[in-house]
Amino acid sequence: MQMTAQHREGVTIIYPKGKITIGMGDVALRDAVQEALNAGATKILINLKDVSTADSSGIGEMVAAYTTVTNRGGALKLCELPNKVTDVLQITQLITVFDVFESEDEAIGSF
Amino acid sequence: MTVPQPQVHVAIASRFENIELVQVAIEASLDILELDEKTAHRIGLAVREGVANAIKHGNREDPDKRVEVDCILARDQVIVRIEDEGDGFDPTDLPDPLRAENLLKPTGRGIFFMNEFMDEIDYTFGSDGGTIVTMKKTIAPSFKEVATREEE
Repeated sequence: MQMTAQHREGVTIIYPKGKITIGMGDVALRDAVQEALNAGATKILINLKDVSTADSSGIGEMVAAYTTVTNRGGALKLCELPNKVTDVLQITQLITVFDVFESEDEAIGSF
Repeated sequence: MTVPQPQVHVAIASRFENIELVQVAIEASLDILELDEKTAHRIGLAVREGVANAIKHGNREDPDKRVEVDCILARDQVIVRIEDEGDGFDPTDLPDPLRAENLLKPTGRGIFFMNEFMDEIDYTFGSDGGTIVTMKKTIAPSFKEVATREEE
Protein backbone atom coordinates (compact mmCIF):
# COMPACT_ATOMS: atom_id res chain seq x y z
CA MET A 1 0.00 0.00 0.00
CA GLN A 2 1.38 3.35 -1.05
CA MET A 3 -0.08 6.60 0.22
CA THR A 4 0.45 10.07 -1.21
CA ALA A 5 -1.29 13.37 -0.59
CA GLN A 6 -1.62 16.76 -2.18
CA HIS A 7 -3.50 19.99 -1.56
CA ARG A 8 -5.87 21.67 -3.99
CA GLU A 9 -8.14 24.61 -3.30
CA GLY A 10 -8.00 24.09 0.47
CA VAL A 11 -8.73 20.38 0.23
CA THR A 12 -6.28 17.68 1.35
CA ILE A 13 -6.48 14.84 -1.14
CA ILE A 14 -5.22 11.42 -0.07
CA TYR A 15 -4.35 8.86 -2.74
CA PRO A 16 -4.13 5.28 -1.42
CA LYS A 17 -2.70 2.80 -3.93
CA GLY A 18 -3.14 -0.96 -3.63
CA LYS A 19 -5.15 -2.89 -1.06
CA ILE A 20 -6.83 -1.36 1.99
CA THR A 21 -6.86 -4.52 4.05
CA ILE A 22 -6.23 -5.79 7.56
CA GLY A 23 -2.81 -5.14 9.01
CA MET A 24 -1.61 -3.33 5.91
CA GLY A 25 -3.47 -0.60 4.07
CA ASP A 26 -5.92 0.00 6.91
CA VAL A 27 -3.14 1.29 9.19
CA ALA A 28 -1.61 3.35 6.38
CA LEU A 29 -4.97 5.02 5.69
CA ARG A 30 -5.49 5.74 9.40
CA ASP A 31 -2.02 7.33 9.61
CA ALA A 32 -2.57 9.43 6.47
CA VAL A 33 -5.88 10.83 7.75
CA GLN A 34 -4.39 11.48 11.18
CA GLU A 35 -1.44 13.26 9.61
CA ALA A 36 -3.80 15.48 7.61
CA LEU A 37 -5.80 16.30 10.75
CA ASN A 38 -2.62 17.06 12.70
CA ALA A 39 -1.63 19.48 9.94
CA GLY A 40 -4.93 21.30 10.43
CA ALA A 41 -6.90 19.90 7.51
CA THR A 42 -10.68 20.12 7.78
CA LYS A 43 -11.56 19.19 4.19
CA ILE A 44 -10.28 15.74 3.33
CA LEU A 45 -10.90 13.85 0.11
CA ILE A 46 -9.83 10.23 -0.40
CA ASN A 47 -9.36 9.46 -4.08
CA LEU A 48 -9.76 5.68 -4.36
CA LYS A 49 -9.01 5.31 -8.09
CA ASP A 50 -5.90 3.16 -7.51
CA VAL A 51 -7.35 0.93 -4.76
CA SER A 52 -7.62 -2.68 -5.91
CA THR A 53 -9.66 -3.97 -2.98
CA ALA A 54 -10.88 -3.11 0.51
CA ASP A 55 -11.82 -5.70 3.13
CA SER A 56 -13.93 -5.21 6.27
CA SER A 57 -10.97 -3.69 8.13
CA GLY A 58 -10.31 -1.27 5.28
CA ILE A 59 -13.96 -0.28 5.15
CA GLY A 60 -13.92 0.04 8.95
CA GLU A 61 -10.96 2.37 8.72
CA MET A 62 -12.81 4.58 6.23
CA VAL A 63 -15.76 4.72 8.66
CA ALA A 64 -13.45 5.56 11.56
CA ALA A 65 -11.81 8.31 9.50
CA TYR A 66 -15.23 9.68 8.54
CA THR A 67 -16.44 9.89 12.15
CA THR A 68 -13.14 11.31 13.43
CA VAL A 69 -13.09 14.08 10.83
CA THR A 70 -16.81 14.82 11.21
CA ASN A 71 -16.57 14.95 15.01
CA ARG A 72 -13.86 17.59 14.65
CA GLY A 73 -16.14 19.72 12.52
CA GLY A 74 -14.49 18.77 9.25
CA ALA A 75 -15.67 16.83 6.21
CA LEU A 76 -14.33 13.65 4.61
CA LYS A 77 -15.49 12.64 1.15
CA LEU A 78 -14.65 9.91 -1.38
CA CYS A 79 -14.16 10.02 -5.13
CA GLU A 80 -13.34 7.84 -8.15
CA LEU A 81 -14.44 4.59 -6.54
CA PRO A 82 -13.45 1.41 -8.41
CA ASN A 83 -16.33 -1.04 -8.93
CA LYS A 84 -14.95 -3.42 -6.29
CA VAL A 85 -15.01 -0.71 -3.62
CA THR A 86 -18.46 0.48 -4.69
CA ASP A 87 -19.67 -3.11 -4.36
CA VAL A 88 -18.63 -3.43 -0.71
CA LEU A 89 -19.88 0.05 0.19
CA GLN A 90 -23.27 -0.80 -1.32
CA ILE A 91 -23.52 -4.13 0.52
CA THR A 92 -22.67 -2.48 3.82
CA GLN A 93 -25.05 0.42 3.02
CA LEU A 94 -22.20 2.82 3.73
CA ILE A 95 -22.65 4.27 0.26
CA THR A 96 -25.52 6.21 1.85
CA VAL A 97 -23.23 7.54 4.61
CA PHE A 98 -20.29 8.82 2.59
CA ASP A 99 -20.41 11.70 0.14
CA VAL A 100 -19.22 9.95 -3.02
CA PHE A 101 -18.24 11.67 -6.27
CA GLU A 102 -17.31 10.35 -9.69
CA SER A 103 -14.55 12.89 -10.29
CA GLU A 104 -11.99 14.66 -8.16
CA ASP A 105 -12.96 18.08 -9.53
CA GLU A 106 -16.60 17.49 -8.67
CA ALA A 107 -15.66 16.39 -5.15
CA ILE A 108 -13.41 19.41 -4.54
CA GLY A 109 -16.15 21.75 -5.74
CA SER A 110 -18.58 20.23 -3.23
CA PHE A 111 -16.66 21.26 -0.08
CA MET B 1 -14.66 -43.12 -13.13
CA THR B 2 -14.62 -40.11 -10.82
CA VAL B 3 -12.79 -37.08 -12.19
CA PRO B 4 -10.58 -35.55 -9.47
CA GLN B 5 -11.55 -32.01 -8.53
CA PRO B 6 -8.85 -29.33 -8.51
CA GLN B 7 -7.88 -28.64 -4.93
CA VAL B 8 -5.54 -26.16 -3.25
CA HIS B 9 -4.13 -26.41 0.27
CA VAL B 10 -2.34 -23.55 2.03
CA ALA B 11 -1.05 -23.53 5.62
CA ILE B 12 0.15 -20.27 7.18
CA ALA B 13 1.43 -19.00 10.52
CA SER B 14 -1.04 -16.61 12.19
CA ARG B 15 0.26 -13.32 10.81
CA PHE B 16 -1.94 -10.88 8.89
CA GLU B 17 0.65 -10.44 6.14
CA ASN B 18 0.24 -14.14 5.32
CA ILE B 19 -3.34 -13.50 4.21
CA GLU B 20 -1.79 -12.26 0.97
CA LEU B 21 -0.27 -15.72 0.37
CA VAL B 22 -3.67 -17.34 0.79
CA GLN B 23 -5.35 -14.84 -1.50
CA VAL B 24 -2.74 -15.29 -4.25
CA ALA B 25 -3.17 -19.08 -4.11
CA ILE B 26 -6.98 -18.94 -4.06
CA GLU B 27 -7.26 -16.33 -6.81
CA ALA B 28 -4.85 -18.27 -9.01
CA SER B 29 -6.92 -21.42 -8.55
CA LEU B 30 -10.19 -19.55 -9.24
CA ASP B 31 -8.74 -18.50 -12.60
CA ILE B 32 -9.43 -22.05 -13.79
CA LEU B 33 -13.15 -21.42 -13.41
CA GLU B 34 -13.08 -18.23 -15.50
CA LEU B 35 -15.46 -16.50 -13.10
CA ASP B 36 -16.57 -12.96 -13.75
CA GLU B 37 -14.50 -10.34 -11.96
CA LYS B 38 -17.19 -9.48 -9.39
CA THR B 39 -17.79 -13.10 -8.33
CA ALA B 40 -14.07 -13.86 -8.11
CA HIS B 41 -13.50 -10.73 -6.02
CA ARG B 42 -16.37 -11.60 -3.67
CA ILE B 43 -15.09 -15.14 -3.10
CA GLY B 44 -11.58 -13.77 -2.57
CA LEU B 45 -12.88 -11.27 0.00
CA ALA B 46 -14.87 -13.96 1.83
CA VAL B 47 -11.69 -16.06 2.07
CA ARG B 48 -9.71 -13.05 3.31
CA GLU B 49 -12.30 -12.39 6.01
CA GLY B 50 -12.40 -16.03 7.06
CA VAL B 51 -8.62 -16.22 7.35
CA ALA B 52 -8.43 -12.86 9.15
CA ASN B 53 -11.00 -14.09 11.67
CA ALA B 54 -9.07 -17.33 12.16
CA ILE B 55 -5.87 -15.37 12.84
CA LYS B 56 -7.41 -12.65 14.99
CA HIS B 57 -10.29 -14.26 16.90
CA GLY B 58 -9.32 -17.93 16.55
CA ASN B 59 -5.57 -18.09 17.05
CA ARG B 60 -5.35 -14.70 18.82
CA GLU B 61 -2.50 -13.71 16.51
CA ASP B 62 -0.24 -16.40 17.98
CA PRO B 63 2.28 -17.01 15.16
CA ASP B 64 2.97 -20.50 16.52
CA LYS B 65 -0.60 -21.45 15.66
CA ARG B 66 -1.47 -22.28 12.09
CA VAL B 67 -4.40 -21.56 9.83
CA GLU B 68 -5.05 -24.14 7.14
CA VAL B 69 -7.07 -23.34 4.05
CA ASP B 70 -8.41 -25.80 1.51
CA CYS B 71 -10.15 -24.75 -1.67
CA ILE B 72 -11.98 -27.32 -3.76
CA LEU B 73 -13.13 -26.38 -7.23
CA ALA B 74 -16.09 -28.45 -8.28
CA ARG B 75 -17.93 -28.07 -11.60
CA ASP B 76 -20.62 -25.82 -10.17
CA GLN B 77 -19.36 -24.99 -6.70
CA VAL B 78 -16.38 -23.49 -4.89
CA ILE B 79 -15.82 -24.94 -1.43
CA VAL B 80 -13.42 -23.24 0.97
CA ARG B 81 -12.50 -24.75 4.32
CA ILE B 82 -10.60 -22.67 6.90
CA GLU B 83 -9.32 -24.28 10.08
CA ASP B 84 -7.72 -22.61 13.10
CA GLU B 85 -6.45 -23.79 16.48
CA GLY B 86 -8.46 -21.37 18.63
CA ASP B 87 -11.18 -21.72 21.23
CA GLY B 88 -14.13 -21.07 18.94
CA PHE B 89 -16.92 -18.52 19.15
CA ASP B 90 -20.66 -18.21 18.69
CA PRO B 91 -21.26 -17.08 15.08
CA THR B 92 -24.93 -16.39 15.78
CA ASP B 93 -24.18 -13.91 18.56
CA LEU B 94 -23.06 -11.04 16.35
CA PRO B 95 -24.57 -7.57 15.90
CA ASP B 96 -26.12 -6.72 12.53
CA PRO B 97 -23.80 -4.15 10.89
CA LEU B 98 -26.71 -2.78 8.84
CA ARG B 99 -28.68 -1.62 11.86
CA ALA B 100 -28.61 2.15 12.25
CA GLU B 101 -26.82 1.98 15.60
CA ASN B 102 -24.03 -0.16 14.09
CA LEU B 103 -23.61 1.48 10.71
CA LEU B 104 -20.80 3.79 11.83
CA LYS B 105 -18.96 1.21 13.91
CA PRO B 106 -15.48 0.52 12.52
CA THR B 107 -15.63 -3.23 13.21
CA GLY B 108 -18.10 -6.11 12.92
CA ARG B 109 -18.37 -6.62 9.15
CA GLY B 110 -16.07 -9.61 8.55
CA ILE B 111 -18.59 -12.42 9.01
CA PHE B 112 -21.24 -10.25 7.39
CA PHE B 113 -19.08 -10.18 4.23
CA MET B 114 -18.67 -13.96 4.37
CA ASN B 115 -22.42 -14.45 4.69
CA GLU B 116 -23.17 -11.99 1.89
CA PHE B 117 -20.57 -13.27 -0.56
CA MET B 118 -21.00 -17.02 -0.12
CA ASP B 119 -24.16 -19.17 -0.36
CA GLU B 120 -23.61 -21.43 2.60
CA ILE B 121 -21.43 -21.26 5.73
CA ASP B 122 -21.01 -24.00 8.29
CA TYR B 123 -19.02 -23.89 11.55
CA THR B 124 -17.60 -26.97 13.23
CA PHE B 125 -15.98 -26.78 16.65
CA GLY B 126 -13.47 -29.46 17.63
CA SER B 127 -13.71 -31.06 21.06
CA ASP B 128 -10.05 -30.19 21.69
CA GLY B 129 -10.37 -26.67 20.32
CA GLY B 130 -10.11 -25.33 16.82
CA THR B 131 -12.80 -24.05 14.51
CA ILE B 132 -13.46 -25.19 10.95
CA VAL B 133 -15.40 -22.80 8.75
CA THR B 134 -16.70 -24.29 5.51
CA MET B 135 -18.01 -21.85 2.91
CA LYS B 136 -19.70 -22.81 -0.34
CA LYS B 137 -20.50 -20.76 -3.41
CA THR B 138 -22.50 -22.07 -6.34
CA ILE B 139 -21.17 -20.86 -9.65
CA ALA B 140 -22.24 -21.03 -13.27
CA PRO B 141 -20.15 -23.37 -15.42
CA SER B 142 -17.48 -21.51 -17.36
CA PHE B 143 -17.99 -20.70 -21.03
CA LYS B 144 -15.07 -22.97 -21.86
CA GLU B 145 -16.64 -25.89 -20.02
CA VAL B 146 -20.05 -25.35 -21.62
CA ALA B 147 -18.44 -25.24 -25.06
CA THR B 148 -16.51 -28.43 -24.35
CA ARG B 149 -19.66 -30.20 -23.19
CA GLU B 150 -21.58 -29.07 -26.28
CA GLU B 151 -18.82 -30.43 -28.51
CA GLU B 152 -19.13 -33.79 -26.72
